[in-house]
Amino acid sequence: MTGSLPTTPASVRQQAAAAAAKRRQRARSSTTRWRRRILLGLYLTFVLLPIYWLLNISFQTNSEILGSFSFWPQQFTLGNYIGIFTDANWYMGYANSLAYVLMNMLISISVALPAAYAFSRFTFIGDKHLFFWLLTNLMAPPAVFLLPYFQLYYSVGLFDTHVAVALAHCLFNIPLAVWILEGFMSSVPKEVDETAYIDGYSFPAFFVKIFLPMIRSGIGVTLFFLFMFSWVELLLSRTLTATNAQPIASIMTRTSTASGIDWGTLAAAGVLTIIPGIVVVYFVRNHIAKGFALGRT
Amino acid sequence: MNKVQNNRAWLLILPMLLLVAFSAIIPLMTVVNYSVQDVFDAHTRFFTGTEWFEAILNDRSLQAALLRQFAFSFTILAIEVPLGIGIALLMPKRGWQASTVLILITLPLLIPWNVVGSIWQLFTRGDIGLMGVGIRELGYAYNITRNPTDAWATIILMDVWHWTPLIALLCYSGLRAIPDAYYQAARIDRASRWAVFRYIQLPKLTNVLVIGVLLRFMHSFMIYAEPFVLTGGGPGSSTTFLSQTLTTMAIGQRDLGPSAAFSLIYFLVILLVCWVFYTAIMNSQKDATPQGEA
Repeated sequence: MTGSLPTTPASVRQQAAAAAAKRRQRARSSTTRWRRRILLGLYLTFVLLPIYWLLNISFQTNSEILGSFSFWPQQFTLGNYIGIFTDANWYMGYANSLAYVLMNMLISISVALPAAYAFSRFTFIGDKHLFFWLLTNLMAPPAVFLLPYFQLYYSVGLFDTHVAVALAHCLFNIPLAVWILEGFMSSVPKEVDETAYIDGYSFPAFFVKIFLPMIRSGIGVTLFFLFMFSWVELLLSRTLTATNAQPIASIMTRTSTASGIDWGTLAAAGVLTIIPGIVVVYFVRNHIAKGFALGRT
Repeated sequence: MNKVQNNRAWLLILPMLLLVAFSAIIPLMTVVNYSVQDVFDAHTRFFTGTEWFEAILNDRSLQAALLRQFAFSFTILAIEVPLGIGIALLMPKRGWQASTVLILITLPLLIPWNVVGSIWQLFTRGDIGLMGVGIRELGYAYNITRNPTDAWATIILMDVWHWTPLIALLCYSGLRAIPDAYYQAARIDRASRWAVFRYIQLPKLTNVLVIGVLLRFMHSFMIYAEPFVLTGGGPGSSTTFLSQTLTTMAIGQRDLGPSAAFSLIYFLVILLVCWVFYTAIMNSQKDATPQGEA
């Protein structure tokens, strides 16, 4: 009887100690959680503050922008945006940019898919060298190709067309697409291909009906990257166009006139260039986490 | 994966090859062609050999631009890589918060590069910019058009703002790929937070960090639009990087020969540094973790 008595307090003590430890741990993890939230919040503020300022200025008149300093628009105006949407020169800039970006995405993905498949499934003469050469194009500074591009597209009569910019952006977008897709394709087991062939699928049927659906998140991520790099590029798109296919980025330089810079319009145009990006990222938000590693984690 | 030897794979490569050749090989050959000639007009040209290359390599202002470029690229790598890893560790892992944070963080990556320059111009101007006015209110005469130090600091801050998200998202996706069992094992072993990072998370991040560092190096080495809009390369030539120097030379002054030679050297420097990075990282990885598959 008495022998069992001391054990009870001991186990109680043990339980109490364990509970206390758990409490301490929970308290600690809740302070770390708050610390994490605050640090992340600080970073997000840093990311959003310049964008907020752009928004703020885009809703002000030029006299207010230059006349007084305020943290939010005092006389809220949509005038800058109306100015852009009523001037064909401005809104055609957006149309031109979207036109060549979409064209480039279409061209790049359709030639990159079979190429990436070849790289991920077969060895052939010169495959390693070819792949490396492709990646070197990713590293080629667009500034290097400015002059030759200008002359090349001028001589074949493509200067100042959407096709010219779309083709020029293939320089870095096709290698990028092949690189990303190859990673995703290599994570699909080869047995899938073999089973399909045994079941009597021809290569094109297998590729379109079975293989592509299996890597659709990879294709989505690839399209996201293609959009991103074609949409943000300035140097080539500006050099290869004059008036008919001028991208919004180069039209924006027009806001600086003899009488100074039209800050309001510049800001409004800037805000409008962010919107397509937000739309695209919204669609791929669930794949970004996996896709950003380009299928190579 | 064991691949099949099949030379018909070239047929799958062919369309891609034709397109890339059109947009890469033809222009590159044009550049090579120019770099060894002195072109007066369409009919008069002389073969110059390596003359342009020697002139470029001995040009003091170009050497300065190259040094400036390296200083810039390594500074932003030194800031963005640790910061990006840190942010990735802080990001929430699931739920609506995760996707909200993801979308917000991705934003700067999708803004056209010249707009990034404009955003920072508006943000840092001493008369209308939040940051510019804020720093002046604190008593420092902040001026990016006069003071080279301010210009440098601002351009680096802008690049950190613009590109840290890329590293953060790469690392985030690397971290998502670590199975929970690893963390459970670490908890059983009572591993410290640092040990978890050093021996579980960091090794899993190597692959994505290689991609991140290479992409960041390449892009920072080609940077053009952002500093061009923000500072125009000034004050003086303190923020004039290689792309801008080359563009001025090729388009502005139409010096075909020298700018072509410059282009080739520029391209080779990027290739060389990328190759060194890649080999160094891959070798250190091979020593650290002997894994069969990569």
